Amino acid sequence: MNINENRLQDIDIQKLIQEKKEKRKVLKKLEKLVPVFLFLAAVVSVLTTFGIVFTLLSEAFTFFSDVPIKDFLFNTDWKPWSGSFGVLPLITGTLLITLIAIIVALPIGLSAAIFLSEYASDKTRRIIKPILEVLAGIPTVVYGFFALTFVTPILQSLLPDVKIFNALSAGIVVGIMIVPMIASLSEDAMSAVPASLREGALGLGSTRFEVAMKVVLPAAFSGIVASVVLAISRAIGETMIVTIAAGQSPNFTFDPTSSIQTLTSFIVQGTSGDTAYGSTIYYSVYAVGITLFVFTLLMNLFAQYIARKFREEY
Amino acid sequence: MVNLTQLRENNSNIEVATKENVFEVSNLNLWYGEDQALYDINMNMGKNEITAIIGPSGCGKSTFIKTLNRMVELVPSVKTSGTIKYKDSNIFDPKFAVEDLRTQVGMVFQKPNPFPKSIYDNVAYGAKIHGIKKKKDLDIIVEKSLRDAAIWDEVKDRLKENAYSLSGGQQQRLCIARCLAIEPDVILMDEPTSALDPISTLKLEELVQNLKEKYSIVIVTHNMQQAARVSDKTAFFLNGEIVEFSNTDVLFSNPEDKRTEDYITGRFG
Amino acid sequence: MALQTGEKSTKRMKNRIRKNKLFHTLFFGATALSLVILAMLFYRIISQGAGNLSWDFIKNFPAPYPDRAGIYAGLVGSLLLIAIVAVVSITIGVATAIYLEEYAKKNKLTSFIQSNIQNLAGVPSIVFGLLGLTFFVYILNFDFSLLSGGLTMSLLVLPIIVVAAQEAIRSVPNDLKEASYGMGATKWQTVLRVVIPAALPGMITGSILALSRAIGETAPLLVVGAATAIYALPDSIFGSYTAMPIQIYSWISKPGDEWPVVAATGIIILLIVLLIMNTIAALIRNKFQRRN
Repeated sequence: MNINENRLQDIDIQKLIQEKKEKRKVLKKLEKLVPVFLFLAAVVSVLTTFGIVFTLLSEAFTFFSDVPIKDFLFNTDWKPWSGSFGVLPLITGTLLITLIAIIVALPIGLSAAIFLSEYASDKTRRIIKPILEVLAGIPTVVYGFFALTFVTPILQSLLPDVKIFNALSAGIVVGIMIVPMIASLSEDAMSAVPASLREGALGLGSTRFEVAMKVVLPAAFSGIVASVVLAISRAIGETMIVTIAAGQSPNFTFDPTSSIQTLTSFIVQGTSGDTAYGSTIYYSVYAVGITLFVFTLLMNLFAQYIARKFREEY
Repeated sequence: MVNLTQLRENNSNIEVATKENVFEVSNLNLWYGEDQALYDINMNMGKNEITAIIGPSGCGKSTFIKTLNRMVELVPSVKTSGTIKYKDSNIFDPKFAVEDLRTQVGMVFQKPNPFPKSIYDNVAYGAKIHGIKKKKDLDIIVEKSLRDAAIWDEVKDRLKENAYSLSGGQQQRLCIARCLAIEPDVILMDEPTSALDPISTLKLEELVQNLKEKYSIVIVTHNMQQAARVSDKTAFFLNGEIVEFSNTDVLFSNPEDKRTEDYITGRFG
Repeated sequence: MALQTGEKSTKRMKNRIRKNKLFHTLFFGATALSLVILAMLFYRIISQGAGNLSWDFIKNFPAPYPDRAGIYAGLVGSLLLIAIVAVVSITIGVATAIYLEEYAKKNKLTSFIQSNIQNLAGVPSIVFGLLGLTFFVYILNFDFSLLSGGLTMSLLVLPIIVVAAQEAIRSVPNDLKEASYGMGATKWQTVLRVVIPAALPGMITGSILALSRAIGETAPLLVVGAATAIYALPDSIFGSYTAMPIQIYSWISKPGDEWPVVAATGIIILLIVLLIMNTIAALIRNKFQRRN
C-alpha cells in the first residue's frame, strides 16, 4: 500500500467544521424561514376551499336578490332563458342519474370486492386490480362518447321509447365509471377485517360464501357504506357523461327513457359562450353550483364520519 | 487534533485521563407524556473510556443513551428535568444548539441504517452538511474514516456502489465510519450488534476497543458478555433507575446489589 | 334418530356447498363483466377511430370538414396545460406534504388543513371550474387564457399530489432521519438530503398519476373557457387555447355520421398519451420496488 499516512493525518475535521460554522450561521437563519414558506404552500389548499365557498356564496347571493330563494327551491320549471328558475328539475335529473348509476354499480362493485378479497388468489388479484385502475383512469369524456354512440343505440333497439339523449344510458355509464371506486374501497375495508375472524369461521366448517356474508360483510359494513356514499358523491358531481349523453332538457320527470338535465350539465350549458357576464343566467350558474357543492359536501362528510367510526372498531 | 504521539503519552498517563469526564449526568428524570421512563439518574462518563449500559428490555437504557445527544426529543411528548453536563455546558441549555451537540456526540444505531446512497456519499454526508465541499478534503475524510472503521480494504474498490450492496456487518461498520467522519468526541452506540451475526459482532467489538484510543464511547447492550468484554465501566439499569454503576470487572465479579447479581447470572432479563 | 340428522345435515351441507359455488361464479362473473365492458369500450373506440388515424390527424388544426380535422392544437394545448399544472401543483403540493409530515405540530390547525385537503379531493371538478371562472378569469382578469385553465387544473389536482407525496414521505424509514439528525444535521438538511431523495420515486409516481387525471379532465376547462375551434397555437400563457378532451367533446357534439369517427380517433390519441404517462409511472414504481 502506497498511501501517504501523513496526507490522512493532515486534515482536522472538527477544525474545518468550526471554520465553516460561521458561514453556516447565515444559512441557519435562512432555514428558519423554510417552515414559513412551507406553511404558506399548505395554506393554498385552505384558501382554495374558502375561495370556492366564497365565490359560490357571493355570486349566488346576487342571484337570489333577483330570484326569490323560495322560487328557486320549489318551482318545478327550469327555463332560464325565459326567466323561470326552479331548480327541482335539475335535482330530479341528478338524482335519477345517481339512482340508475348506483343500481348498476352496487351489485357489480360489491361482487367484485367480495371476489377480490374472499375468493381470488393473489395472482388473480394482481391482474384484476390494475385493470380496475385503468377503468377508473379513463377520462369521463370517453365514457360520454361510449354512452352516446354505443349504449344508447343498444338501449334503443331494446326499448323503442328511448330518446337519443336519455337518462338511462348516461346513468348506466356513470354506474360503470364508479364501479372501480366501490370495488377498490370496499375491498380495502374487507381486507382490513382481521384474518383471525375469517379463520375462526372457516375452522367451524363455514363455506367461503358464509364467511363473506356473515363475518366479513358485517365487520366491514361501515367501510363499505362509506365507499358507496363516496361513489354516490362522485355520481352527483359527474359532468361530461351526462352532458354528452343525457341531453340538456330540464324535464321534471323520473322517466329514465327521456332526456333530462343535471345540475352539472346546466353549469356547462350556462357557462358556455353565449351567456353574458353579469346576467341572471350567469349568476344562476353559481346558485346551481352551490346546490351541487352542498350535496357532495354532505355526502363526503357523511362518508368520513362513517369511515372514522369504522377505524375505531379494530 | 489528536495525534498519535500525544495519544501514547495520554495512555501512559491513564490515571489522569480517566478523571476527566465527558458527561456528568445529575438528577436526570424523563417522561414520555405522563409516563416516567428515567428516575433520578446520576453518573459520569470518562474521557477515552468505554462505558457500557446493560439491563433488561424496557429498563430505559436506550432512552438514556438517546438523551445524551437529545435524539430522544424527536418524540414530541418528551419532558426532562435535571442536567447533563457535556464538557462544562448543560446540554439542555437553550443556548447550546442541538446540532452542535450532535456534531460532537455521534451515534451508531441498533440496526445498520446507511442512506440509500453510494458508500462514498454515506461517509461524506456528515462533512457535507457541515459545509465541507472540496472534493480533495472529502476524499481524505472518506478514506480516513473508512480506515478507522476497519472497512477500507473491503470497500476501497467499490466506493461508488450503493451501500445496500454491503452485508449487515459491513453496513454497521460503514455507519461507524459515517459517524467518525466528523470526528466527534463521543460515540454513542445503541445496541450496535443486535442485528449482526456472531462473527460480525466480534469484528465490531474489536473495532470498538480500538476506537477507544481516540474517542469516548457509551455503549448500550443487551449482551452481558459484550459489556464484560469491551467496557471499562458498566451501569446496570432496571425500571428506569441505575441499580449499580462501577468498574466493569467489579460489577461482573462482585456485584453489590442482589438485583445486579440476579441479572448477570441470568435469573431474569 | 342419529342417522336421520346425519342424512339431513349431509343434505344441508351439499346445499351450502352448492350455494357457495353458485355465488363464487356470480361474484367472478360480475368482476369479469367490468373487464368485458372495458374491453368493449376499447374495441369500440379502436374499431371506429383507428382507420382515421394518420400523421395528418396529429399535425392538423381542427377544421370544419371531418376529413381535414386534426388534434394538433388540442395535443399541444394539453401538453402546455400539463406543464403549468406540473410546475404549480407539484411545487405547492410537495411543499404542503413536507409541511404536514415534517414540520407541522399536531394541533387543531394541522388537522383542519389535513381534513380540508381530504374534502377538497371530493369536490366535483366542475365546481373548481366555477372558482377558476370567478377568480382567475374575472377577478385576476386572466381572461379565457391558458394560464386560467392551467391554474384551475392545478388547484384541482393539488389534493391528489399532496396525499401521494405525504404517503411517500411517510414511507421513508425513520432510522434514516435519525442517522442524519445524529450527525448534527438540521431539519431542512435532513428533509433535503435524506427525506426527499428517498421519497422521490413515490412523489414522481403520484405526480404523474395526478397529471394524467388533469389531462383527461374536461368539465372545468369548459367552464374556464377553453376554445372549441382554434386555428393557432397559444402565443403566450395569456393566449387562448384548447385541449384534447375539449376537442373530442366538440367533435362528439357535432351532428353527422363522420364526426363520431373523428372523435374516436381523438380519443385514441388521448388514451395513448395517458398510456405513456401511466407506463412511466409504473416503470418508476417497479424500479423502486425492486431496489428495496
